[in-house]
Amino acid sequence: MSTTLFGLTGAALVGIGLFGLIVHPTALRKLLAFNLVGAGVFLVFGVLARRAAAAGLAGDPVPQAIVITGIVVAFAATALAATLLARLSGPEEEP
Amino acid sequence: MTELLALTLALPLLAGALFIVATASTRAALFGFFAFGLFLALAWVALDAVDVALTEAAIGGGATGLLLLRLNGRMRHPVSLGEPAGPRLKIAAGLLAALVTLALGALLLALPEPAPSLAAATVEPLPALGIGNPVTAVLIAYRALDTLLEIVVLLIAVVGLRALGTDRGWGGRPVPWPEGEPSPALVFLARLLIPAGLVFAVYLFWVGADAPGGKFQASTLVAALWLLAIMAGLAPAPCSGGRWTGRALAIGPLAFIVAGTIGIAAAGSFLAWPEPVAKPMIIAVELALAVSIVVALVLLVAGPPERETGR
Amino acid sequence: MIADLLTIVLVSAGAVFFLAGTVGLLRFPDPLSRLHALTKADSLGLGLIALGLVPQAGSVWMALKLLLVWLLVLAGSTAAGQMLARLHRAEAADD
Repeated sequence: MSTTLFGLTGAALVGIGLFGLIVHPTALRKLLAFNLVGAGVFLVFGVLARRAAAAGLAGDPVPQAIVITGIVVAFAATALAATLLARLSGPEEEP
Repeated sequence: MTELLALTLALPLLAGALFIVATASTRAALFGFFAFGLFLALAWVALDAVDVALTEAAIGGGATGLLLLRLNGRMRHPVSLGEPAGPRLKIAAGLLAALVTLALGALLLALPEPAPSLAAATVEPLPALGIGNPVTAVLIAYRALDTLLEIVVLLIAVVGLRALGTDRGWGGRPVPWPEGEPSPALVFLARLLIPAGLVFAVYLFWVGADAPGGKFQASTLVAALWLLAIMAGLAPAPCSGGRWTGRALAIGPLAFIVAGTIGIAAAGSFLAWPEPVAKPMIIAVELALAVSIVVALVLLVAGPPERETGR
Repeated sequence: MIADLLTIVLVSAGAVFFLAGTVGLLRFPDPLSRLHALTKADSLGLGLIALGLVPQAGSVWMALKLLLVWLLVLAGSTAAGQMLARLHRAEAADD
């Protein structure tokens, strides 16, 4: 029951993030909303892992490991987007 | 009881997400994101995924939040990608978001029972690897290719960051922050936390073989301490064109590929660990990876080079 | 039995401090008094909760870890409070 609750929270996070991604005009807010979508998707993955508890483990380690990889990749994408934004917001010199 | 705990974690998550999207102030949204990250990490603990909780607290909330907060301080004007949304677009976006949420929720409620699981298949060959933590085993052994490509993604982000720097700053250091004299309280905190944090990072790295922890969490901690030292003015930011920076970035993927190639000769396939020396090889590769991850994370958060160096 | 009683008393006292600190954060008029309320709640409230959990720790090492967490948070929140107050003073001087 509590696991399902987290799953539904993850689904809601995807929706809230998607709304922010579409509605906000500024790029930094879009980036934040994009990270919310990512958090929701990861949470859904975590619920799938928790449901698949077996062999004396509290969760299936394969989705958990994939989420760890996903968090790092999402960070790399965010960092690249942030760099682009910093450059777009004000070139100090001729491009 | 667990339902109550789940509810006390789920409600702040939803409220935090709504606040991040709805608040007018970008700075408030950024601080909301830090709090959201902490609650999300607690939710991962409640889901019995402590490895993920550590990664989320360190990278998902901490490093991403710091990166965006610094970006907000650096930007001279907000970059707008279009007009503010009108009421019609808002309604359409709300409908779309509700539809996606409902579809995902319905999908979750309709999942098969019992759930398919790879847990048994993961646990069975653990003794041969000398690893007790199944998540670490998945990351470094069963799905090692994912981890290798993940490091490559980090490297690509660093390459993109270098390419986006100004011409004048090519190969130099990022702009320091904050401008001016750091607060004495921050310097004190950095002096206190850095030695303690380094000890804890070594512990996290080592314990990752058998308990929650591992190279990602340890490297993020070291990167965070380095960033703290940069902010307190105790250490310089890495020079993106420096000889040591390049070597540190390359050593992780190179060690991984070399070990993988040894696997072809000794165990029959790329990235297969030859059984008698599996554990020492894994530790060596993880150490090399940790060095690369630390430097990549610090470079990514510190931003593109803008200052010339006397190189 | 006595250990459980000690835990209940100390953790409840800690929770009361957190509640008081949160009320202060919401009700106090200016940043400095809000910080005042918050830092008390952080340091004393968390300290009481950590002390209250010590009897439940099971081993000496676990108890030491709990106290170490308290000390680290103490250092972090103290420094953060000091920095926020400094920032507030600098911004007030600018106006």
